[in-house]
Amino acid sequence: MPFGNTHNNFKLNYKVEEEYPDLSKHNNHMAKVLTKEIYGKLRDKQTPSGYTVDDVIQTGVDNPGHPFIMTVGCVAGDEESYEVFKDLLDPVICDRHGGYKPTDKHKTDLNFENLKGGDDLDPNYVLSSRVRTGRSIKGFTLPPHNSRGERRLIEKLSVEALTSLDGEFKGKYYPLKSMTDAEQEQLIADHFLFDKPVSPLLTCAGMARDWPDARGIWHNDNKTFLVWVNEEDHLRVISMQKGGNMREVFRRFCVGLGKIEEIFKKHNHGFMWNEHLGYILTCPSNLGTGLRGGVHVKLPKLSTHPKFEEILTRLRLQKRGTGGVDTASVGGVFDISNADRLGSSEVEQVQLVVDGVKLMVEMEKKLEKGEAIDSMIPSQK
Amino acid sequence: MPFGNTHNQLKMKFSSEAEYPDLSKHNNHMAKVLTPAMYERLRSKQTPSGFTLDDVIQTGVDNPGHPFIMTVGCVAGDEETYEVFKELLDPVISDRHGGYKPTDKHKTDLNSNNLKGGDDLDPNYVLSSRVRTGRSIRGFCLPPHCSRGERRAVETLSIEALASLTGDLKGKYYALKNMTDAEQQQLIDDHFLFDKPVSPLLLASGMARDWPDARGIWHNDNKTFLVWVNEEDHLRVISMQKGGNMKEVFNRFCTGLTKIETLFKERGHAFMWNEHLGYVLTCPSNLGTGLRAGVHVKLPNMSKNAKFEEILKRLRLQKRGTGGVDTAAVGGVFDISNADRLGFSEVELVQMVVDGIKLLIEMEKRLEKGQSIDDLMPAQK
Repeated sequence: MPFGNTHNNFKLNYKVEEEYPDLSKHNNHMAKVLTKEIYGKLRDKQTPSGYTVDDVIQTGVDNPGHPFIMTVGCVAGDEESYEVFKDLLDPVICDRHGGYKPTDKHKTDLNFENLKGGDDLDPNYVLSSRVRTGRSIKGFTLPPHNSRGERRLIEKLSVEALTSLDGEFKGKYYPLKSMTDAEQEQLIADHFLFDKPVSPLLTCAGMARDWPDARGIWHNDNKTFLVWVNEEDHLRVISMQKGGNMREVFRRFCVGLGKIEEIFKKHNHGFMWNEHLGYILTCPSNLGTGLRGGVHVKLPKLSTHPKFEEILTRLRLQKRGTGGVDTASVGGVFDISNADRLGSSEVEQVQLVVDGVKLMVEMEKKLEKGEAIDSMIPSQK
Repeated sequence: MPFGNTHNQLKMKFSSEAEYPDLSKHNNHMAKVLTPAMYERLRSKQTPSGFTLDDVIQTGVDNPGHPFIMTVGCVAGDEETYEVFKELLDPVISDRHGGYKPTDKHKTDLNSNNLKGGDDLDPNYVLSSRVRTGRSIRGFCLPPHCSRGERRAVETLSIEALASLTGDLKGKYYALKNMTDAEQQQLIDDHFLFDKPVSPLLLASGMARDWPDARGIWHNDNKTFLVWVNEEDHLRVISMQKGGNMKEVFNRFCTGLTKIETLFKERGHAFMWNEHLGYVLTCPSNLGTGLRAGVHVKLPNMSKNAKFEEILKRLRLQKRGTGGVDTAAVGGVFDISNADRLGFSEVELVQMVVDGIKLLIEMEKRLEKGQSIDDLMPAQK
């Protein structure tokens, strides 16, 4: 954050022990990794924009975590955070992303034709399909750190890029701060509207500053492609539709993203990306593809089966309630999506979802008939 | 210096217009005063510890305010804030403190012998009496900006000083972070416990960072004198007891405060004070005496009287619910306290409360008997 103790010049007058946070009651990735020694090593560093280690860790210090849910507990303020604070962030990334090493390379594959199948998930079970990712615009600092001037320029560039889209991508931008009541009602009804974050995980990172200045929602006329501007990341790109045609959702996702990237590049603004971390985003958990591909699917029987969690783990999938992260499922309907972000490509992750959901629907049908599913339990992917 | 003003320098690349906050929907003192031209003149400055204009105003930008309630919308991060950003803060102070001018001098009077009467407020009406103030320890940054090391040093010094109090003031310190459940329950029952702030006015200023590290409550064995450490200010000092003996409450307040100040001075730490602003605190609304003296008083008839608000105004008093600021009155019981902080001494403010409450009770008794109170209407104090 550009405020708080981050640029408090007096801090270095105090010893490392005196400034080192009390993490004794904490359970998050940052707290597991940040020893006093690492803190001592990093505390006098800053990125070119002035982001410090206290900035990186503030959200993790303020939010001790949950005994069962492992939060990340740190954020990036700019692209260079991942380099300047690699002593902290590399182990966090490794822990969060299944052993990903500092020397590993990440593969990007946004060629939707490489996806096999995915156009025929049973609509009696799969209610809707959705793919989202985030993108950061090179040359700007990230939401925890950026100034109003930066944020507004990101909005301006985004609106220019998006309003030049045509065909199936022709659409309109709705800035949060000047939305009419009618527009707001419609966006809520369409499940498009995002609101000021209430989660302390996000607010403590400083990303809600100056709300709702320079925040907004763009969507195409068909309401199947949506971009959030300046929420947790510079851009969140979402492709979604009712039913089980994940293939179509992913096609639109890849084509739309490609067009947007092209326009940004033409104006000399690439997306933040490197061959080690893939796409650079605010939260280390979203590095790599930043992709969450998922469905809302009815699994009332399978979800009460004792092996449900095990099956999900083996399929490299995760479940959420239908309100998104940290919500409960309603009426046996679950949000099932890929668990991985880094170390596998977009196509690979969506393939896991397509194949995994297909299998689980088959299992659900078996259980409906009172049959066993033991022979269908998959091996670890 | 490793932190310098880097975080701020990046912003300077954007024009002042690009960085100036959108205050069009705002209603707070900061928004009334901060013009684009003023923002331009102040945005490149910082205090010696690195507090910047954006730090000062962040809470006011994030909290547009209320159509009826005028919040301050800015905070200080250190003693020098009031000097470096005087162009903004002087008009805010003037607006908030009844026209107080940059050349005015503030009088401090903590001699409780100067209070006339106050020991006989009718206990059938006055349920409890309380006086509080805040103190900042010179040489440390204030809660919106202080580092963990600074905050812990403030706590250590406070504990040392308070532990050496004797007699009526002998007591014990309860650190928030290792309080037992039993201790916590007792402190709640005694109405002593303060919790992590939830008000966005406070959160947005950064003062809840690292909670509950280095926060705590000290109170004397008699439970009539209480100190909060590292909440909204370095110290909040409270004297309270049941009934209407405000004189005794104020006696203890002055004696205790003076002893604490002496103990801090012995350890090389004065309180932040100057002859223009009096005691320097985090919120500009608490400058001067930082004193709020009040009673919980039963005024069911008075409070329904059409002239109640007018009477309070003339007596220079304000009402709150019995839960404190921003709460509602319950059962006709109100929290009535002095409205002023700056430009009047401590004795003068408590005198206004004592005299004003006496009058309000007289009026209440008249209304109980169905008699008029017109002849009792006070002039503007």
